[in-house]
Amino acid sequence: MLLALPMVLSSYLVTVFVLIFFYAYLGQAWNIVGGYAGQLSAGHAAFVGVGAYAAAVLSLSAGLTPWVGMFVGGTVAAVLGGFIGFLGFRFGLRGFYFVLLTVAFAEMCRIVANNLEWIGGAVGLYITFTGNPWQFQFQDSRAYYYIALGLMVAATAVAAAIERRRFGVYLSAIREDEGAAEAVGVPTFRYKMFAMIVSSFLTGVGGTFYAFYLFSLQPNTVFGIPLSVEIIIRPIVGGAGTLFGPIVGSFILSPLAELTRFYFAAGGGWAGVHLIVYGVLLVVVVLFFPQGAVPWLRRLLRTQA
Amino acid sequence: MLDVSGLDKHFGGLHAVKNLSFTVGEREIVGLIGPNGAGKTTVFGLLSGFLRPDAGQVIFRGRSITGLPPHRVNALGLARTFQIVRPFPHLTVLRNVTVGALGRHAAPAAATQRALAVLNEVGLAAKRDQPAASLTLAERKRLELARALATEPTLLLLDEVMAGLNATETERIVDLVGAINRRGVAVLLIEHVMRAVMSLSQRIVVLNYGELIAEGRPEAVANDPRVIEAYLGTASA
Amino acid sequence: MAEGLRAEQVRLPAPQGLILDPVLVVQAVVSGLLFGGVYSLMAIGLTLIFGVMRVVNFAHGDLMVWAMYLAWLGATRFGVDPYVGFVGAAAILFVAGFAIQRQLVDRIVDAPHEMQILLMLGVALVLENTALVAFGPEPQRVRTPLTQAALWLGPVFVDVGRLVTFAVAIALTLALSLFLYRSDIGRQMRAVADNGYGAQVIGTDVRRISALAFAVGAACVGAAGALVAPLLPFQPPTGLQLSVTSFNIVIIGGMGSLLGAFMGGLLVSVAESLGAVFLNPSMKELVSFALLVVILLVRPAGLFGRRAI
Repeated sequence: MLLALPMVLSSYLVTVFVLIFFYAYLGQAWNIVGGYAGQLSAGHAAFVGVGAYAAAVLSLSAGLTPWVGMFVGGTVAAVLGGFIGFLGFRFGLRGFYFVLLTVAFAEMCRIVANNLEWIGGAVGLYITFTGNPWQFQFQDSRAYYYIALGLMVAATAVAAAIERRRFGVYLSAIREDEGAAEAVGVPTFRYKMFAMIVSSFLTGVGGTFYAFYLFSLQPNTVFGIPLSVEIIIRPIVGGAGTLFGPIVGSFILSPLAELTRFYFAAGGGWAGVHLIVYGVLLVVVVLFFPQGAVPWLRRLLRTQA
Repeated sequence: MLDVSGLDKHFGGLHAVKNLSFTVGEREIVGLIGPNGAGKTTVFGLLSGFLRPDAGQVIFRGRSITGLPPHRVNALGLARTFQIVRPFPHLTVLRNVTVGALGRHAAPAAATQRALAVLNEVGLAAKRDQPAASLTLAERKRLELARALATEPTLLLLDEVMAGLNATETERIVDLVGAINRRGVAVLLIEHVMRAVMSLSQRIVVLNYGELIAEGRPEAVANDPRVIEAYLGTASA
Repeated sequence: MAEGLRAEQVRLPAPQGLILDPVLVVQAVVSGLLFGGVYSLMAIGLTLIFGVMRVVNFAHGDLMVWAMYLAWLGATRFGVDPYVGFVGAAAILFVAGFAIQRQLVDRIVDAPHEMQILLMLGVALVLENTALVAFGPEPQRVRTPLTQAALWLGPVFVDVGRLVTFAVAIALTLALSLFLYRSDIGRQMRAVADNGYGAQVIGTDVRRISALAFAVGAACVGAAGALVAPLLPFQPPTGLQLSVTSFNIVIIGGMGSLLGAFMGGLLVSVAESLGAVFLNPSMKELVSFALLVVILLVRPAGLFGRRAI
């Protein structure tokens, strides 16, 4: 059904769906380390950013097709993720301290990118539109729809595969009680590292889509804390550590964000309204649905049946 | 099978374990007793890799496990439980035990089979689909034991698995530990329920202020004046 | 060392201070130190809230920006100088802090850490973006006659605005210490911070003390905000930057340590000030982040850590 949808949708609605899928993809990538493993990374924008810059710089300066560049970007992001994870996990940083470590790295990336002239400095990079599919550019915006859908499905397949394997069971044990997991033979450091690397790789791959869908990237948006918040909030509202949480969360929040932006931004000066909505939602979710929408819906369905 | 020699541990100014040496033989049940604060749980931490000793060595089945991380110690066949039970609260009972079984059976299906067998043994099979957080204290204690058992240890360290249980529940655990031991698993247990330690243990090690003050057969230890003094305090000695 | 750093900066536009002038360094240290009083006050507020409740106030910087806007409103609408108006800003934030603790944080004190972080993140988003809706994205600055005045101590230039800000911030820090160490409520706060359970056992109303601690912490950051409003141009996203800076400070100083927050505030401010001289000004925050990462890895308890407030 989702495959046929673009045929009947207006181009604006296609855009909304692209955003739903893409943020669901990023949310699912975060979910692996933030949801299943319970390691609250609040700096995932760093991986979007380095992935985006890697692919864009390679394309602009070396002519490398983004179809390859996206995997280079993913790999660079995975190396960064591995490094941050190594520091955080080796030194036993948990909870707030891990949050801060990840935020600090994202902010450092932002500041460095702002000051590196050969990657555009504060102005960022602009990609000229050629409409060449080999350059990840398409005349028909529906192409982005299918790519974003493909990314979301792929990340969800990865998460599903993890969930079914020992990897997934171990991650949930780590989330619940790391010490107890160690005691029953779970190599917690190794598995947290795996989770961080897979998550940052996928997020980095998403960076390519981000850059080539928007045709531009600026350090302050692509590495900024607001993007990290966008990545985190969908899986949390949908249900962190559940397979469909990021998707449900994105179907709730992405259209909501788009609607508020559409209605309020038009009036000027109302740009913040969708973020106020996010804030209120976060508070409501934490206070009333701490497990997110998916477990709540599941319980609701069970009592109905 | 377990050979502890010269174990030492400080916490700041507190000398928690002093030059401690003892052994646990194959298939043996050894009780580790002593007044509150004697350092028993610290010893468990040192043996299981959660704490790093300042000095001394722990030899398990012929190889040194001193300073190994807990999961490595567990993989070698030494499993522990926690005094204050630490179930994975949001996971089901079966999942909790499966986590333990996955170390020996990498395929989740095989691990689940193994976990079910263990749950049957400890009598929690009926609760397998409940979240661990919904269990009673007695059930959690058995879950803690089941999770450790699922890692298929050859030596089991039990930290007060009977504390807070009523007489019937205690008896069930005593029977269970006896049955596990008959299958060939050695047990080192910390316990305050004296009747249980005395009936289960073949040998008893007594700690006071981090030092070994007596060791021997249960009857002998129970009548040892140093042990009586440690428990009752110097005032009555 | 400094030469090496300079060589890399040559490509950057308009580097300041072309040679390593000692006066420039002293100037940077003095400016940083004077500005640091505000950082200290802000970080003390955060560490007080954390110490008593084990809650990390992610909305800290946003509360501060609201105080800046309050000072701005006071100055532009009612002609109140921010060096007087900070009292009002602190009072309003006191009430806001009390309400946030009572209505929101109190419901989840026993929830996992992650939940508290997310809750406060939600509050931060609401605060920042209501400021955006209410005041718009343009940077604002509060003008006061003092910011135009300056003193020369030999070759070193001292901005009178900074000096007054620093003096008031230090006076408030001292007053707060007196409150925490001499007053009954202050002692109870420290007791709860030391051992919440123990304090409960001896009959402390932990809920009330927690709400008061959050209120006092918010008042600190409220005063800090109003005091810094004449020195620092601000806009709604400034809140996030300030939150992150205050987290850096309390971790560098040691979570929950009053002395750590105080010293950390001065240290980070001086480090940023020096960073702005040696590196490009836009890279000054890099210095405090680098400092943070080193502290997290080498001494996560912080420079003055493990001392409860």
